[in-house]
Amino acid sequence: MADVGERETLDTEQPDEAPVTKQSRFGATAEVIVLYVVCLFVALALAAICVSATGGSWSNVYTAMLDGSIRKPGRWGLTLGVSAPILLVALGTIVNSRAGLVNIGQEGQLIIGSCFSAYIGVRLAGPGPFVLVVAMIFGIIGGAIWAGIAGALRYYRNVPEVLTTLLMGTVALNLMGWGLRNTSLLLAPAAGRANRNQVSEPLAHDTRIPRVTWFGNEFPISVLLAIALAVLVWLVVDRSIVGFRLRMLGSNAKTAHRSGVNERRYGIGAMLVSGSFAGLAGGIMLAGGDFGNYQLVANFGVGIGFAGLLAALVARQRVFVAIFVSFIFGCMRTGSGFLRATGVSGRISDVVQGLLVLALLLPPAILYVRARRRALSATSTRV
Amino acid sequence: MGNFFSALGDIATTESAYRNAVIAAAVLLFAACGELVAEKAGTINISLEAMMLAGSFSAAIGVHLTGSTWVGLLFAMLAGLIVAAIQANMSHRLPADQFVVGLVLNVLVLGLVGFLTGSIQPKSGVVRRVSVPVLSRIPLLGPALFDAPWVLYFIFPLVPLVWWLLYRTRWGLEIRAVGEDPNASDVSGLHVNRLRRQAIYFTGIVAGFGGGYFLFARAGKFEDSLIGGRGFIAIAAVIFGGWTLKGTVAGCVMFGLVGSFVLTIPSLGYKSIDSSFLAMAPNVITIIAMAVFAKRVRQPAALARPFIRGLK
Repeated sequence: MADVGERETLDTEQPDEAPVTKQSRFGATAEVIVLYVVCLFVALALAAICVSATGGSWSNVYTAMLDGSIRKPGRWGLTLGVSAPILLVALGTIVNSRAGLVNIGQEGQLIIGSCFSAYIGVRLAGPGPFVLVVAMIFGIIGGAIWAGIAGALRYYRNVPEVLTTLLMGTVALNLMGWGLRNTSLLLAPAAGRANRNQVSEPLAHDTRIPRVTWFGNEFPISVLLAIALAVLVWLVVDRSIVGFRLRMLGSNAKTAHRSGVNERRYGIGAMLVSGSFAGLAGGIMLAGGDFGNYQLVANFGVGIGFAGLLAALVARQRVFVAIFVSFIFGCMRTGSGFLRATGVSGRISDVVQGLLVLALLLPPAILYVRARRRALSATSTRV
Repeated sequence: MGNFFSALGDIATTESAYRNAVIAAAVLLFAACGELVAEKAGTINISLEAMMLAGSFSAAIGVHLTGSTWVGLLFAMLAGLIVAAIQANMSHRLPADQFVVGLVLNVLVLGLVGFLTGSIQPKSGVVRRVSVPVLSRIPLLGPALFDAPWVLYFIFPLVPLVWWLLYRTRWGLEIRAVGEDPNASDVSGLHVNRLRRQAIYFTGIVAGFGGGYFLFARAGKFEDSLIGGRGFIAIAAVIFGGWTLKGTVAGCVMFGLVGSFVLTIPSLGYKSIDSSFLAMAPNVITIIAMAVFAKRVRQPAALARPFIRGLK
């Protein structure tokens, strides 16, 4: 069977390595900026058309989204809280993408992580902070197991990790559904919940992530943890030997092998790290308080895993860009909360987000194609 | 466990279980037939789900506007084609990553369809059953297969058509060549990315039609949860089938049966069997099958590898 590890993940191979042209540096920068602006404008315009066509007012929609995400008092704190798990998932995704692996099951890993956290967080007796830390660690373990299975299958049985991670997402969702139907697992005892509601027991007050208030905006300190982890990931991935080996494995598995990189160890390691981040994201979603009432519900993931995955891909695996993109995605989510007043369905935020991502994928691709064309024509005139 | 087997026995003698299974298997099969062609050409087409969803939504719109199921089906194919055009041109004309594009399309179409359903609320209905004279009197399986909503019958010519396209036409040979060795195909004068785009267009049309079929055969009324991950199960069926048409059909039938279990078991009074395990069964089975057979089954050699001339 073909060696999947040789696959080009295009993201790592795009314009940075596109053929060099003799265009002036200023012209090239201007071209990039114009392209991005045009693409983003078209995306927003398309969404606006969508709103107008169904009888809404697009200016109201965009105003409401801005109000809901940043402008109104207290909202950017909420946005930060929502962005933190997105960022964590994105960080994990950056690690596995650098190793040339495609993990698209973050949603499932996040759900398993949150289930592990919920189980431990409710059952374990002890001082609150200690329970909280242990619960988060178990969240990490849960996510790591879920991604690790895919990694192990990839390296020991040659099963493409894209497919296993994709399929295991649904399995995770169903496992949580099963857990939420059994009191011995996750379901809260009948006394504390409305009849037939499939929810887990809420975390006790002292096992929740403490919240701080800055400038009138309240957010869980997990936001700071996420940013610290981002710096750590940047250090490891961009500034360390381990990160270099990961990149080598991702860009050319043969070279990596010949220079002594243990493909299995680094590949599975990257998957484990990726899953850990998703699992931790699940844990802080549960204990952070910006997603429901510190308890698991049937659709607990609410697409945060997918959002994080998209954030990492849009940021093209650059850590600091990922922080920014995660925040924008967080804005989409919190902004849609204000849409009800405008009479436009909150689902429009999904549309805007999808169009924005498509728009952000275009410029690098177009630039790459154009740079290649220029290089080709340059070589052909020379010959 | 004994409980499970008695449930199994009950289901094997329940006619509605077969009906459910056939309807569920057919929607998977429509999508999987398309996906098989795309994967043979070397693309893992994650946006299958989006194609199906766009298909069934547009089918509902078509019926809502004109009242004709045929127009609905046409709309469904067009919508699938539009999604396919985005997927194909972004991943095989521009060098965007196919998984990224597919994932985004899934999110985008789900959002768009959800948004539009809220404001349009298309009206549509289940189509009538047409019964084939003699065949529909076969016990158990007969009514399920031959006394079905008429849109189902398109699946019978589709499977041979896909086989003929893939294995008996020049286009099919080129598609397979492009999926196995894009560099060699390129050198022998095939336009690799164009062929891959064409394969995805085919996928879009068939999957869109499948989405429309499912609306008319099962649901009647469109909801944005209608497809609910069936696209991913169809992808699983292709992989489970080891990238062969026979295997894909077998996979779809099996997953259709499992889907029908999930529906039928509670109505037969078996409350103790948790539906979660049945719902996840197709995926678990596929993963195990891949793990066991992955070394024996050969996927298209260039599966999921983009082709850019001059790169390796």
